[in-house]
Amino acid sequence: MISSMMVLEGIGVQKWTYILVGLTFALYIGIAIWSRANSTKDFYVAGGGVSPWANGMATAADWMSAASFISMAGIISFAGYDGAVYLMGWTGGYVLLALLLAPYLRKFGKFTVPDFIGDRYYSKTARLVAVFCALLVSFTYVAGQMRGVGIVFSRFLEVNIDTGVIIGMFIVLFYAVLGGMKGITYTQVAQYCVLIFAFMVPAIFISIQMTGNPIPQLGFGSELADGSGTYLLDKLDGLSTQLGFEEYTEGSKSMIDVFAITLALMVGTAGLPHVIVRFFTVKRVRDARKSAGIALLLIVILYTTAPAVAVFARTNMIETVSNKPYEGVPDWFKKWETTGLIGFTDKNNDGRIQYVADVSKNELIVDRDIMVLANPEIAKLPNWVIALVAAGGLAAALSTAAGLLLVISASVSHDLIKKIINPKISEKGELVTARISAVGAVCVAGYFGINPPGFVAAVVALAFGLAAASFFPAIILGIFYKRMNKEGAIAGMIVGIVSMLLYMIKYKLGWFDETLPDKSEWWFGISPEGFGSVAMMLNFIVSISIMKFTPKPPKRVQNIVEKIRIPSGVGKAKRH
Amino acid sequence: MTKNNAKAYWKENIRYVLILLTIWFLVSYGAGILFKDELNKIKIAGFKLGFWFAQQGSMYVFVVLIFVYVRLMNKLDKKYGYDK
Repeated sequence: MISSMMVLEGIGVQKWTYILVGLTFALYIGIAIWSRANSTKDFYVAGGGVSPWANGMATAADWMSAASFISMAGIISFAGYDGAVYLMGWTGGYVLLALLLAPYLRKFGKFTVPDFIGDRYYSKTARLVAVFCALLVSFTYVAGQMRGVGIVFSRFLEVNIDTGVIIGMFIVLFYAVLGGMKGITYTQVAQYCVLIFAFMVPAIFISIQMTGNPIPQLGFGSELADGSGTYLLDKLDGLSTQLGFEEYTEGSKSMIDVFAITLALMVGTAGLPHVIVRFFTVKRVRDARKSAGIALLLIVILYTTAPAVAVFARTNMIETVSNKPYEGVPDWFKKWETTGLIGFTDKNNDGRIQYVADVSKNELIVDRDIMVLANPEIAKLPNWVIALVAAGGLAAALSTAAGLLLVISASVSHDLIKKIINPKISEKGELVTARISAVGAVCVAGYFGINPPGFVAAVVALAFGLAAASFFPAIILGIFYKRMNKEGAIAGMIVGIVSMLLYMIKYKLGWFDETLPDKSEWWFGISPEGFGSVAMMLNFIVSISIMKFTPKPPKRVQNIVEKIRIPSGVGKAKRH
Repeated sequence: MTKNNAKAYWKENIRYVLILLTIWFLVSYGAGILFKDELNKIKIAGFKLGFWFAQQGSMYVFVVLIFVYVRLMNKLDKKYGYDK
C-alpha cells in the first residue's frame, strides 16, 4: 500500500495529464460510436427522447464553457463584488428559460430556433433574419472555445497552441459529425461529470486548508483556520485596501452598469440558440421545465463554488507574493512566468515584489486564468489534482464547442437548404448535408482558433448582447402576444441586432473613431457588455409599435399560438 | 368548452409566472444590486448580506423557483386534464 502510494506520488504532472486526458478522450469517443445518429431527428434533436436528467447534465456541460471553467473564478477574483454580474447573469437566465420559453418551444416541437421564428411569423424573411442572427452568435462564441481548447493543450501538454486546436478539432469532428445531437448529448453527460469533479476537488481541498470547512460555499464566509478568529472576507477586504484596491466586497462598477450587464447576460442566456435547442430534445413539455431546473441546479454547483475559489486564490496569492523577495518565490511562480501569464519587473530595484493598485508602482502582472489553472499548485495539492484541472478544462471547452457546431450545421442544412433553397431534399440527403456542414463549421472554427482575429475575445462576451437584442423579444412576443405579426417581429429583430452591433463597434472596438471613446461617453453610463439590455428594449418597442399599424397575423398562426400554450399532445418522441 | 378551459389554464399559468418572476427580480436585482449597500450593513458569519445575495443567495433562489414552478405546473396540468 505504502509502496503504491509512493509510485503515485512519483508520477509527474505531465504524465498524470496524459493519462487523465487520454482516458477521458477514449470515453468520449466510445460514447460517440455507441450513440450514432440514424435520422435527421436523431441528428438535430437526439430523436426527441432524452430523459430530463440526461438533458439537464448535457445542458449544464454545453453551457459551462472554457470561460466558466477557467476564466470566471479569476475574473471574480480581480473584480470582487462586480463579478456578481456573471454569477447572476449566467444563472438567472435559466429561470426565464424555464418559465417563459422552454415548455412552449418544446410543444412547438421543431428542430431549430429559426424554425420557430419562421413558422410563427409565417415568413421566409423572418427565418432568414433568424438564421443570420444564429450564425453570428454561434460563430463568435465557438471561435473562443476552440482557442480555449488550444490554450489548455499548450499549457498542460506542452504542444503549441495550433497543434492543440487541431487535436481538438479532430475530436469534436469525430463525435459531432458521427453522432449529431444524440452523440453530443451523451458525451456531454460524461463531460459534465469530468468537469464538475475537476472543479470541486481542488476547491474542497483549499477550503479545508484555509478555513477548515469542507464546503467551499460556506468556507469563504468562515473564520480563518489559523486561529486568529478573523473572517476570511474581512481579511481580504483589509489586504485589498492596504494595497490600494477597492474593498473586495464593494466593487467599482456603477450600479446602473451592474444592473444592465446582469440583465443583458440573463436575457442573452435565454436567447442563445445552442441553449434553447437543448429543450427540443426531451420527451414531453413537463420534462422541458424539469430539465431546465436540473440543468440550473448542476450549473449552480459550479457557479456558487467559483466565488469561493476566487476569494481563496486571491488571498493566497497576495499572501504568497506581496512584498516578498523575488529570490524566494515558490516554483509555480517561476513555471508560470515562463508561459508569460505572470510577469514581474522590479521597478524600484529592491528585489521584492510590490503588488499594488497604483499602476506606476505595481511590479506584478497576473493573468486572470492563473487563478484556476495554478490554484492547485499555489495550494500545494498533489500532482493528479493538477492534471485533473486540465482534463476538466478540456471537457468544458469541447462540450460547448460541439453544441455550438451543431447549431451552425443545423442552421445551414435545415434552415437554409431544406427550408429555403431545396425543400425537396430527401431525409438521407439532408442528413448528409448536415454532416458536411458540421465538417465545414469545425474547419471555420478551427481556422479562427488558430488565427484569432484580435477582436474575438472582446466579441465573445457580446454574443449575449446579440442574442438578447434579437431572439429573446421575438420568441417571447411570439408566445405571449397572439397579435404580434411578422412586420413587427422582423423590424424589431433588425433594429435590435443593428443597434447592438453599432454600439459594440463604436464603444468596444473603436472602429468609428481614431481611438476608443472614453467610458464617460457611454449612453447612460452603460458599457457595451450591458448594452444588450437597451437593445432588447428597443426591439420590444419597435416590434410593438410597428405591429399596431400592420395587419393581424392569419388565423392559422393564431391557432399555432393557442396550441403551444397547452402542454398536452406533443409529437412522438423516439426511444433510445 | 375546451377553449374556455384553455383560457382559464393560461390565466392561472400567467399568474404563477408573474409571482415567481417578481421574486426572481427581488433577490437578484433588488437584494444583490439596488439595495446591496443597505443590506451590507447586516452581517451573517463572514458574509455581508448584500454581497452574499449577489454571489450566492440569488442563485440558490433561482433553482428553488424553477422547481416550485415545475410542481405548480404539474398540478395545474392535472387540474385541467393536460397531463396526458
